[in-house]
Amino acid sequence: MHPFRYVAASSIDEAVAVLREHGARARCLAGGTDILVQLRGGRYELDALVDVKGVPEASAMRLGRAGLDIGAAVPCYRIYEDAKVAAAYPGIVDAASLIGGIQIQSRASLGGNLCNAAPSADGIGPLLVHDATVVIAGPTGTRTVPVDGFCTAPGSTVLDDDELVVSVHVPRPPTRFGAAYERFIPRNEMDIAIVGVASSLVLDRSGKRIESARIALASVAPTPIVASKAAASLIGEPPSEEAFRAAGEIAAGEASPIDDMRGTIDQRRDLVRVLTRRTLALAAQRASAGAAR
Amino acid sequence: MTQAPIAKAHVRCELNGQPVEFLADQHMSLLEALREVLDMTGTKEGCNDGNCGACTVTMDGRIVDSCLVLAPEADGRRLETIEGVAPPGGLHPLQQAFLEEAALQCGICTPGFLVAAKALLEREPAADEHRIRHWLAGNLCRCTGYDKIVRAVLRAEAEQPKPRARRSGTA
Repeated sequence: MHPFRYVAASSIDEAVAVLREHGARARCLAGGTDILVQLRGGRYELDALVDVKGVPEASAMRLGRAGLDIGAAVPCYRIYEDAKVAAAYPGIVDAASLIGGIQIQSRASLGGNLCNAAPSADGIGPLLVHDATVVIAGPTGTRTVPVDGFCTAPGSTVLDDDELVVSVHVPRPPTRFGAAYERFIPRNEMDIAIVGVASSLVLDRSGKRIESARIALASVAPTPIVASKAAASLIGEPPSEEAFRAAGEIAAGEASPIDDMRGTIDQRRDLVRVLTRRTLALAAQRASAGAAR
Repeated sequence: MTQAPIAKAHVRCELNGQPVEFLADQHMSLLEALREVLDMTGTKEGCNDGNCGACTVTMDGRIVDSCLVLAPEADGRRLETIEGVAPPGGLHPLQQAFLEEAALQCGICTPGFLVAAKALLEREPAADEHRIRHWLAGNLCRCTGYDKIVRAVLRAEAEQPKPRARRSGTA
């Protein structure tokens, strides 16, 4: 492995300064579960790795009136072991508790998952269906962008070389909101999604109609994508098996999967149908349960 | 362009209850530092990319793959490796149970399984089989087929000293 400098940054400014100094030859380190593997595999070389776990904004998790702020380096276990967060954001917890195994969950973060920008990222779909935003810091201050559009291609994001992700903001869900994430892999743990689907919906006051919905698909396009036509088909519909099945059919059409070592185009389209239906049903169940509380 | 050599990282941490201080290349993994700098070869290298769990150690009480941790990240942390599992002059109940249940053959994965299983039992002393299998999913074994390992963990769990019954009586 090409030798690099390890810098434990204690502030955003310090991290940005190192990124500026090295340009494309420096990157941030959160849990290291992707970047260290890529460096060791020779996918690219770096001269400096900036550990952001000591940056307060990147290692904090706050649940407030406006929603949930998850520091970019907050490891998965801190999300699912926080009872309040787990109760309020089960769709995000679905993903945090199935990324890798327990060892990986001790380190891997949603911020890292975003920056790694894998088409198969488990953590991005749930953020998409929560309308989450990404707080980015750079030399001129901070900017906020939607998660939708943050990833631009496999391994690529909107980040400039001298920018870093500080945190992810997940707005407080409205009442009668539910979300869920499921993926398909050949074993139960420790694998890369052949397809992943996240869904969320809001039920109307009566609980009998869907007011709004979001569906996101992983591993069926160059980046995780939003299936907006499938979601739109649900507006005004009852939260029924029939409506969910129809949405799954539309979502399968919005996917643009490829054949590769993990799965075929047909298998992936079929999985989109199945997982869309299942995650919508679970999201509806959670929305009803939340409304009953 | 030749670059100035990068200074070694000075790492101070607690390792198996003892303060330890060492120098390591800044890009060196914790796994390499343990084995090659500190000469603690109990922790094994399997895949070196976070899939097999052979290099599992605990850092501040949580299990991690030491191949996916940089040595300088260990600065100020509390580490435990397989060398810290057995009490002086004996075996940890999990180690004894692995022997009784023949839960190892080649043994390369065993230190990782023991460190991971110990962390589970300390956290969840009544974990059921499903939970044990889930917790150990990040550890691969190509010899035993896993059943013997799971049986060994269940055995160690059953043989651990029971917490005193609460006075109120109900479980």
